[in-house]
Amino acid sequence: MSNIAPSAARQALRVCSRRHPSSSLSRFAPRAATGYHGRSYVTETKPVNATINVDTTIKAEREAFMKETGSKPAHEIMPTTGLGADAMLSPTAGILKQASIIDEGTRPIYLDMQATTPMDPRVVDAMLPYMTGMYGNPHSRTHAYGWEVDKAVEQAREHIASLIGADPKEIIFTSGATESNNMSIKGVANFFMRNGKKKHVITCQTEHKCVLDSCRHLQDDGVEVTYLPVQNNGLVDMAQLEAAIRPDTCLVSIMTVNNEIGVLQPIDEIGKLCRSKKIFFHTDGAQAVGKIPLDVNKSNIDLMSISGHKIYGPKGIGACYVRRRPRVRLDPIISGGGQERGLRSGTLAPSLVIGFGEAARICKEEMAYDSKRIAALSQRLLSGLLSLEHTTLNGDAARHYPGCVNVSFAYVEGESLLMALKDIALSSGSACTSASLEPSYVLRALGSSDESAHSSIRFGIGRFTTEAEIDYVLKAVSERVSFLRELSPLWELVQEGVDLNTIEWSQH
Amino acid sequence: MSLTQAAKGDMPYQVRSLYRSLLRQSQQFAAYNFREYAKRRTRDAFREHKGDTEERQIQEFMQKGLKELQMLKRQTVISQFYQLDRLVVEGGKTGKQKGDHGGIVRQKDTGWD
Repeated sequence: MSNIAPSAARQALRVCSRRHPSSSLSRFAPRAATGYHGRSYVTETKPVNATINVDTTIKAEREAFMKETGSKPAHEIMPTTGLGADAMLSPTAGILKQASIIDEGTRPIYLDMQATTPMDPRVVDAMLPYMTGMYGNPHSRTHAYGWEVDKAVEQAREHIASLIGADPKEIIFTSGATESNNMSIKGVANFFMRNGKKKHVITCQTEHKCVLDSCRHLQDDGVEVTYLPVQNNGLVDMAQLEAAIRPDTCLVSIMTVNNEIGVLQPIDEIGKLCRSKKIFFHTDGAQAVGKIPLDVNKSNIDLMSISGHKIYGPKGIGACYVRRRPRVRLDPIISGGGQERGLRSGTLAPSLVIGFGEAARICKEEMAYDSKRIAALSQRLLSGLLSLEHTTLNGDAARHYPGCVNVSFAYVEGESLLMALKDIALSSGSACTSASLEPSYVLRALGSSDESAHSSIRFGIGRFTTEAEIDYVLKAVSERVSFLRELSPLWELVQEGVDLNTIEWSQH
Repeated sequence: MSLTQAAKGDMPYQVRSLYRSLLRQSQQFAAYNFREYAKRRTRDAFREHKGDTEERQIQEFMQKGLKELQMLKRQTVISQFYQLDRLVVEGGKTGKQKGDHGGIVRQKDTGWD
């Protein structure tokens, strides 16, 4: 009973609602009949619009896709920058906010081979396996990972030893020539200090900073040091050296090839003299090894420092030759696990050592070819530079390593010339002192004036230098030297024939 | 054995083939100095031993050349991965590059700022 009434009501509602559609139909009917096409928001439907034509859709989609992805970077302009998209992809673009496309290369020519040399691709090739797969510790004797690396390290040691005519057991790997120099000088001096007999060291004014600083450090500990002067050509006077030797002299340290002026010191004579007086002879061979033929036995060298990155090897590795017979006794700077005969403890860096060994092998193999080529390039550069007026070669012309050309350009400021030669990577002296504007102490020791020392530039030629680069350098230098001289009032006076030394500058 | 096979097997052919591959591979160095050195060294080494006649010696040089070729193949690939801007001596000689049609675009004008 109770649900009869609601059902009746529902029935009634349904009837009412049905009347509405019918009324709306009657409302639209006249429009369709008259064909009126005025303002309307509803379009008539067609069956075609509801179906999708697969062929055309695929084609359209493909076109849209290609439009987006097929565009080349060169043809796209990046929004807000106005640059081409390929300019944005280029590695240096990020550095510069404003960019201009120029049509020639921008990387400077590298002509600073005394600072460091590029790694030879053959060296990289030898090193890569030991940086990826063969990562063992060469001192591990218990497994194959250690053995294979140890074998390669010993091979590298042999290559280095054969380059200088030594025994592989006499090569001690260090972190570089600076450490080797420190180890040799401080080690020998400290050993003799401890035994209290000899406390005198002889070195030379044109040595590398690390030798001079080691000696300075020794002086604080009570060692007496003699800094030998050099002649005008940069060579040590043998008579002066002999006069400086005392009965309590324990070490003489003279470098083989100077890093700034490239002169070859008479190491054969020095070695002979030291051997006859029973004094140890240390030589810094960083700039000489692998570039000129060297034999430690022929030259009577007792200690020698070698650097890896000056012979197209990796940076961060060097070696010290320490003679075994007659035995050179020295106190180690670094103590520890007793690697390297206890003279330099610490795990070796196998990849660096192997790269160094490979570099030494290549240097020995290619020495004749390289030195012939470097001499020819050096001759070309030197004759071109000296044909400019008022230019002089620093250092001895005959006893000279051709890969290092140090030239003074009078009446030009060296630093401003370096700035003008931004497209050539050059230096006015050693890299260690290139941050300061002081004139090179090596050139001052040669007796050249402050002006001359300021206006000198070092050109380093190496294995990978080409003739085209030398020609470019000659052209650039001659252009810019003459340009800078045109600016200089001193040059005007010189052109008028005034001797600058006779001028009395007014005092203020 | 046919005539071509005989020609391919003989030593002068192999040497010439190695020479060509070495030069072609050297060309692939992205770095200017290494590229020029590799080409120059290949050329000079082959010229130096042009007159060698001893079979054994030639075999040894061939082995060495093949090793160098393998090294070149690896190192040229590495060199191409890490490309830097070209040197100032390069652009002028190898033709002007404006950055279109596969040219390299450079932005930095070193030396004047």
